[in-house]
Amino acid sequence: MKENLYKYILGIADNSLILGQQLGALTGHGPSLETDIACTNISLDLFGQVRSYYQYAAKIKGEGATEDSIAFLRTERKYLNVLLVEQPDTDFAYTIGRQFLFDVYHFLFLNELQKSHDVTLSAIAKKSIKEVSYHQRFSSDWVKRLGDGTEESKLRMQNAISDLWTYTDELFHQTEADKAMVEEQIAVDVTTLKDKYYETVNAILTEATLEIPESKWFQKGGKKGIHTEYLGYILSDMQYMQRAYPNMEW
Amino acid sequence: MSEEQIKSLEKQFEARIARDEKIEPKDWMPEKYRKTHIRQISQHAHSEIVGMLPEGNWITRAPSLRRKVALLAKVQDEAGHGLYLYSACETLGISREELYEQLHTGKAKYSSIFNYPTVTWADMGAIGWLVDGAAIINQVPLCSTSYGPYARAMIRVCKEESFHQRQGFEIMLKLANGSPEQKDMAQDALNRWWWPSLMMLGPTDAESVHTEQSMKWKLKRKSNDDLRQQFIDQTVPQAELLGLTIPDEDLKWNEEKGCYDFGEIDWDEFWQVVKGHGPCNKKRMQDRVGAWEGGAWVRDAAMAYADKQQDKKEKQAV
Amino acid sequence: MKKNWPLWEVFVRSKNGLEHRHFGSLHAADEQMALENARDVYTRRSEGVSIWVVESKHITASNPENNGELFEPAHDKVYRHPTFYDLPDEVKHM
Repeated sequence: MKENLYKYILGIADNSLILGQQLGALTGHGPSLETDIACTNISLDLFGQVRSYYQYAAKIKGEGATEDSIAFLRTERKYLNVLLVEQPDTDFAYTIGRQFLFDVYHFLFLNELQKSHDVTLSAIAKKSIKEVSYHQRFSSDWVKRLGDGTEESKLRMQNAISDLWTYTDELFHQTEADKAMVEEQIAVDVTTLKDKYYETVNAILTEATLEIPESKWFQKGGKKGIHTEYLGYILSDMQYMQRAYPNMEW
Repeated sequence: MSEEQIKSLEKQFEARIARDEKIEPKDWMPEKYRKTHIRQISQHAHSEIVGMLPEGNWITRAPSLRRKVALLAKVQDEAGHGLYLYSACETLGISREELYEQLHTGKAKYSSIFNYPTVTWADMGAIGWLVDGAAIINQVPLCSTSYGPYARAMIRVCKEESFHQRQGFEIMLKLANGSPEQKDMAQDALNRWWWPSLMMLGPTDAESVHTEQSMKWKLKRKSNDDLRQQFIDQTVPQAELLGLTIPDEDLKWNEEKGCYDFGEIDWDEFWQVVKGHGPCNKKRMQDRVGAWEGGAWVRDAAMAYADKQQDKKEKQAV
Repeated sequence: MKKNWPLWEVFVRSKNGLEHRHFGSLHAADEQMALENARDVYTRRSEGVSIWVVESKHITASNPENNGELFEPAHDKVYRHPTFYDLPDEVKHM
């Protein structure tokens, strides 16, 4: 099995899985029917991407692996998503902040992944980038609305950005598998996206009249499977059926 | 307007409906027509958005990715249907905020079935199969109701609804053909949802207060009892196909009448749930009120931002 | 008093070559949000290729009370319709 490629795909797909799962949990609880429908759409886009990635990963893994065995039957340490996407929905500002900080990265990332020498990954990227371009527009607009809205919303949006900031640097870390895949021109060299990322993020934050956090201390670990405490709960929920009723079809 | 003039207008109005003409928002309408429509359409809209909650409950726990996206899309559709219906209701001169207020204070009702808990995954199947099945029976005739915006909303709703029942039935089918545990889960869900689904089609004709007027206005095309019979007759063979047993010992085919006889419905339970004593009434309202009040700062912020942007535009124009 | 999100009317072109048709309405704080919401609410099943939104308050509507004077005078102008003119059967298509 192509171990590095497999891990590389999980690293991409797990981000969409956990973020999609978090957004999905909000369905029915949003600030208006319209925003509810919009957030569910984003969640559905992400799950669509997840399924394409995992189906590909399952093929690589063989041994009867399926999109579901990969999604539901790993233990905490085997999930390779970044810490950012597993952060909780403290309020709508956190939901939007998390989405925004991820979307800007996601767009830059997919833009490069389109050029991957792996045709499947390149095809998934080409399809997904249109979706993610919309996600970025949606979340950027909301960062501006909340940042430059009322006093209360500004405070909440600022808190969210300041709290989540510490998880942004990890987006540009590379695992050993990533590096190997970059060598083969399959993977995106994420270190090259960093400047553009902060440039875009900072421009939106400025437009939203928010302060750009100064903190230089960043959290990391997700890409190595060392997560924040939140992931365990997300997985308990997500995996409940597959764990309680093993080896069944649904 | 004199009483006589109103009488004459009412007569013309009823004649238009009898001729199958549609009534549109700016047309003259009797006050009672307006009020009845606000009540029924909003009740329908509330049912859609409260109905999101029991199913939304299982989105994070759906057992496969395929089931998860289908459920997400379904619950999202319900938000969409609520939105279409609130919009239709707003054409009658009431705002969505006022309608929410009525829901949150308990003044407006919603379908009682959503006050039952979803305790297992099989409930997603049973709701899609039975609850959406009953809803479709209720809704299809409304596509030709007399009030234009309501009829148009219902056409859209019914078009989208057809996948809901199929996705529910498919879940049941998988469970019914699965492991013994899965089959038990399916039977248990049918046991719990069967009677509430029958109740969902409304009180018996003898007890139903609005029926006659609603028939005239095409808000109702068939009586509750007829709809219920239709639902039972269509659902029993489906249960047989699944190999599941409908929890009613008195259920049997009546050759003479050409339909199924069925047992006594526990109307006392029905009225208790309507009055707020169902297992989840409080929880459902807490969730709705919580989402609305918790989201107030977000809606205010968006409005404040829009105003600021408008100001900027105007200043630039000067 | 707090201001609520205003109502918008949504018009969708289902495919090029067809006109925009009224699809329904929704609430949004500004025009950008109205467009985004319209996309999310009314084109989930690929129903459209183009969207217009307009705040409902900007629509001026005729009053049904005036329908008599507005629309009935057209009823007897039958000469505007091709069927008004008698032609021999030999002239097949005109």
